Amino acid sequence: MLILECPYCGVKAEETELSPGGEAHLKRFGPGSTGEEFEAYMFARKNPKGVHFERWRHAYGCGKWFLAARCTATLEVFGTYSAQTTEPPAEIVEKIKAKRPDWKGTK
Amino acid sequence: MKRYSVFAIAREALRYHQGWEKAWRAPAPKPAYDAIIIGAGGHGLATAYYLGKNYGITNVAILEKGWLGGGNTGRNTTIIRSNYLQDPSAAIYNKALSLYEDLSQDLNYNVMFSPRGLLMLAQTHHEVRGYLRTVHANNLQGVKTEWIGPEKVKELVPIINIDGPRYPVLGALYQARGGTARHDAVAWGYARACSAMGMDIIQQCEVTGVRSENGQVTGVETTKGFIGTRKLGIVVAGHSGQVADMAGFRLPVESLALQALVSEPIKPCMDVVVMANTVHGYMSQSDKGEMVIGGGTDGFNNFTQRGSFHHIEETLRALVETFPMISRLKMLRQWGGIVDMTGDRSPIISKTPLGNCFINCGWGTGGFKAIPGSGWAMAELMAKGEPGPLAAEFNMWRFREGQFIDESVAAGVAH
Repeated sequence: MLILECPYCGVKAEETELSPGGEAHLKRFGPGSTGEEFEAYMFARKNPKGVHFERWRHAYGCGKWFLAARCTATLEVFGTYSAQTTEPPAEIVEKIKAKRPDWKGTK
Repeated sequence: MKRYSVFAIAREALRYHQGWEKAWRAPAPKPAYDAIIIGAGGHGLATAYYLGKNYGITNVAILEKGWLGGGNTGRNTTIIRSNYLQDPSAAIYNKALSLYEDLSQDLNYNVMFSPRGLLMLAQTHHEVRGYLRTVHANNLQGVKTEWIGPEKVKELVPIINIDGPRYPVLGALYQARGGTARHDAVAWGYARACSAMGMDIIQQCEVTGVRSENGQVTGVETTKGFIGTRKLGIVVAGHSGQVADMAGFRLPVESLALQALVSEPIKPCMDVVVMANTVHGYMSQSDKGEMVIGGGTDGFNNFTQRGSFHHIEETLRALVETFPMISRLKMLRQWGGIVDMTGDRSPIISKTPLGNCFINCGWGTGGFKAIPGSGWAMAELMAKGEPGPLAAEFNMWRFREGQFIDESVAAGVAH
């Protein structure tokens, strides 16, 4: 069972307490953007087999959105962090690099 | 290839069954082919089969990372139906259903197609309205379905409880032509027919790179060396994004785990397929007597072929209310498959940014029922270089144009 620690309330929440919210750090596009940009924002996803950054909501807890770094090939969790950021924090990136030396970083 | 027939059985019975030959060859890859298909699952093998049968292209290799039919083709709940809301979906799934009906004769391989009828239960008033709409749409599309009331549901499925406190059965969408088939046999039947046409099915051969020049694919790097090709078809379901990445383009696809399970075998008790979409539970009885049960997908990206236990729990909890007699059944086996989900929950059968590279993916949770139709449409696309009427609207650029084939809205759930 997947267990993520909510970075806001500190609760180690198991999966049934959480709602998955898809890929994190998407760049939003608004009115005036091109068709390609809208398509990329709405539908194109990295869907990596390996390190994935994603949004989760502590739905049956504090209710807050947070972000998690997780491996989709092994279900290993590298860590969770605040949603008030546009890129993964350095300490999370360090943790991932220590465990996945071949990881090529976020594309 | 020696044909299977009653005479073949009689002949072999007289000589201790020593004369059966292998169903397909296990060749080493040639240096180059007219067409390579990545993925020897149902869709990839069907594509190869119709390339040979409909277009005479037989210098074909089908490359498979694991063993043929070992992915989602061997992991689904074997349901076949074509009662879709949107016209392009109804067309391709109905083509598939029509092909399934005489597939055993066509392939000379018993795929055990069983048109036992299929019910989609309406358990909320929303669903009643939705299915009535689907029935009307199906009648316009020439797909025969009907709306039946709860008493008729009870008559078709005596073990059902139509007065459940949370999920009463208010009626059902009934497709009498729907049913099941033996999923492994579909893969094996196509593989045997492909091999008989001289195609090479190369198992344990993982594609590690796609080589291209001036926007045209020249071949693929594999664990068994480089193999050249004039056309490439990518038919790899859950790993579509990974192979597309090798070819240098991105897909609107995410990979999720979908689970299924079977009970211990019991005596025949249900001779139709029952789907309950509100509660994410699907159930039919296999010829061995096992109750075959499918549920919903996990909500997060996953490549592990295992899912979360709570999804099974939710599915069974709801099914126990609808079928009280299964409450003491033991569940024997559970497994997961990695399904490739698109934004509108409809597949992609499309040209790609590379001129001679084509992709067939995005079948999500409903791929098995589409195998013959999908292969038929993909073969046409690969042979002609342009999609035919079945595939045209399933192109990968529909997401940019907003021309969705929105089955996620139509079904309300994974389908």
